[in-house]
Amino acid sequence: MRKSVIVQHGILIFGCLFLIMPIVVAFMSSTHTPETIDSQGLQLTWGGNFIETYKAVLFDKTGFTDNVNGVNMLKNSFILGFGFALGKIFISMLAAYAIVYFRFPFATLSFGIIFTTLLLPLEVRIIPSYEVVASMGLLNTHAGLILPLIASATATFYFRQFFKTIPDELLEAARLDNAGPYRFFVDILLPLSRTMMAAIFIIMFVVGWNQYLWPLLMTTEEALYPIVIGIRQITNVVDSGAIPEYNKAFALAILAMLPPVMVVLLFQRWFVKGLVESEK
Amino acid sequence: MKKVQFRHPYVPYMLLFPQLAIVGIFFFWPAARAVYQSFLLEDAFGLSSEFVWFYNYEESVFSSATYLDSFLFTLVFCTIVALLSLGFALLLAVQADNVVRGQSSYKTLLMWVYAVAPPVAGALSLFLFDIHIGPLPKYFASLGWTFEPGISGFDAVFWVTTAAVWKQISVNFIFFLAGLQGISMAVREAALIECKSGWRRFWTITFPLLAPTSFFLLVINITYAFFETFGIIDTTTRGAPGGSTNTLVYKVFQDGFLGQDLGGSSAQSVILMLLVMALTFIQFRVIERRVHY
Repeated sequence: MRKSVIVQHGILIFGCLFLIMPIVVAFMSSTHTPETIDSQGLQLTWGGNFIETYKAVLFDKTGFTDNVNGVNMLKNSFILGFGFALGKIFISMLAAYAIVYFRFPFATLSFGIIFTTLLLPLEVRIIPSYEVVASMGLLNTHAGLILPLIASATATFYFRQFFKTIPDELLEAARLDNAGPYRFFVDILLPLSRTMMAAIFIIMFVVGWNQYLWPLLMTTEEALYPIVIGIRQITNVVDSGAIPEYNKAFALAILAMLPPVMVVLLFQRWFVKGLVESEK
Repeated sequence: MKKVQFRHPYVPYMLLFPQLAIVGIFFFWPAARAVYQSFLLEDAFGLSSEFVWFYNYEESVFSSATYLDSFLFTLVFCTIVALLSLGFALLLAVQADNVVRGQSSYKTLLMWVYAVAPPVAGALSLFLFDIHIGPLPKYFASLGWTFEPGISGFDAVFWVTTAAVWKQISVNFIFFLAGLQGISMAVREAALIECKSGWRRFWTITFPLLAPTSFFLLVINITYAFFETFGIIDTTTRGAPGGSTNTLVYKVFQDGFLGQDLGGSSAQSVILMLLVMALTFIQFRVIERRVHY
C-alpha cells in the first residue's frame, strides 16, 4: 500500500473514533451499576447490568421523573416526530401545489407571506409564541406542541423547487384528458413525489424528534415530556449537586438517540438525497 | 413558473389555507407581539404595563454589560465552532472521497451523529467532562491542566465548544462529500494531469469548486451555533461561570423565562430577528449568484 493511502485511512479511522467513542462509553457505562461508575469512573467494558438498567428506565416511574417512564416519553417523541413530519409535508405540499400550478390574483403575495417565515426561526419569538399558544388553551397538548413548529416554509420551498422540475407536458397531457386539479394531483403529482416525500419525511422526523427548546417551555406536565426533555431532568439532578444514577442517565441518553439514528442509518440513501437536495 | 396553469375561483385558496392559517397564527402574530412587547415595561406582577419606547433596548441591550459579554461570546463561539467543524469535516470528506476501500462504511460511520439531538450530545459531554467520574478531566490532569469549568471561563468554553463541534461535523461532512462527488470526472482527470502535487491540486482546483458549498455551510453553521446550541448549553454549563458561556439565545430564555423580564427579553428577541434577517439576506444574495455560476 502507498503511504498516502495509509495516512488517508488513518485520518478517517481517527474521525470515526472521535465520533463514536462517546457513544461506546455511554452504552458500556449504562450496563454497569451506579456504584461501579461512581467509584471507578466511566466504563469501556460490558458490565452485565444491562437488563436491569434498561428495564428500570423503560418501565419504572422512578429516577429522573416522578410520573412518567421511558416508554411514555418515547411514545411522546414518536407522536412529535410523526406529527411534525406529516403535518409539515401535508400543508406544504398543498401550498406548493397552489403556488406552482395555479394562476390566481394573490399568488405572489401568498408566496411572499409564506417565505418570510424562512427568515426567523422559532427561537427568536419563543416567549410570545408561548403566550399565543397559552391563550388558545393549547398548553400541554400535542397540537400546541406541534403546530407552532410547523409554521415554517422549509418544506414548502423544497416542494416548490421539485414541482418546478416536473415537465410542463404532463400537465398539458392531463388537461387534454380533461383531468381537473384534483385528478392531476392524485394521479400524477403524488406518485411522482413519492421519493421526495420519503426523503423529506425522514429529515423532518429527525428534526421533530430532536426538538428541545419549544417542548421545554410548552410541556409543564410530565405526561407530555418527549424523551429529549427527559434528558434535561438528568442534568437538573446533576445541577442540584446530587449524584445521579449514572447507568440510568446513560440508558436514557442511548434510548433518546436510538430511533432517529436508526432512521438515518436504515434510510441512508433517501436521507442524504433529501438533505442535500432540499438545501439547494 | 409553469407555462400552463390551472385557473380556478377558489381551489388555490383552499390549498393555501392550512399553511397560511398556521403561519399567521404561529408566526406573524407572535413576531408582532415580540416587537410590541419590546416597547412595554411591565410591573413585577405583570398587572400593568406602560409604553416606554426604546427604554428596554437601552436598558437590556445597548447599555448592558452582560449583553455585550454575551454578544462577544456568541461571536467567538460561532467563529470557533464553524471553523473547527467545517475544517474537520472537509478533511474527512476529502479522505473519504479519495479512498477506494471501505468508502461506504466510513460514510455511514461519519454521518449518523446528524441524528443526535444537541441536548443529548450535551448530556453525554456532561459526564465525559465530569470532574468526578469523567475520563477527560483525568486525562487533562495528567497533562498538568486542572479542569474546572465551574470556576474557569476558559474551561467552560472549551467544554461547550467541543460538544458543539462534535455534533456538527456530520452535517458538514455529508455536504462536503456530496460537493466533492459532484465534481466531474473530466475536471478531476485534467487536474491530475496538469498538477502533480495533491496539496496544490486541492487548493487551486478542488477548493474553489467547493466554494458555493462552503459558503452555504458557513451560513448553516453560524445559524447552528446561534440557535441549536441552546440544547448543549442548557444541558452543560447553563451559561456559567458568571455568564461566560451565555449565547444570545440562551440569554433571551434566561431573562424572559427565569428572570421574568418580558420587555427586556423581547427587545433582545427583536435584535436577534434583525441579526438573522441580515444573515438570511446575505445568504440569498450569494445563492442568487450561485445559480448564475
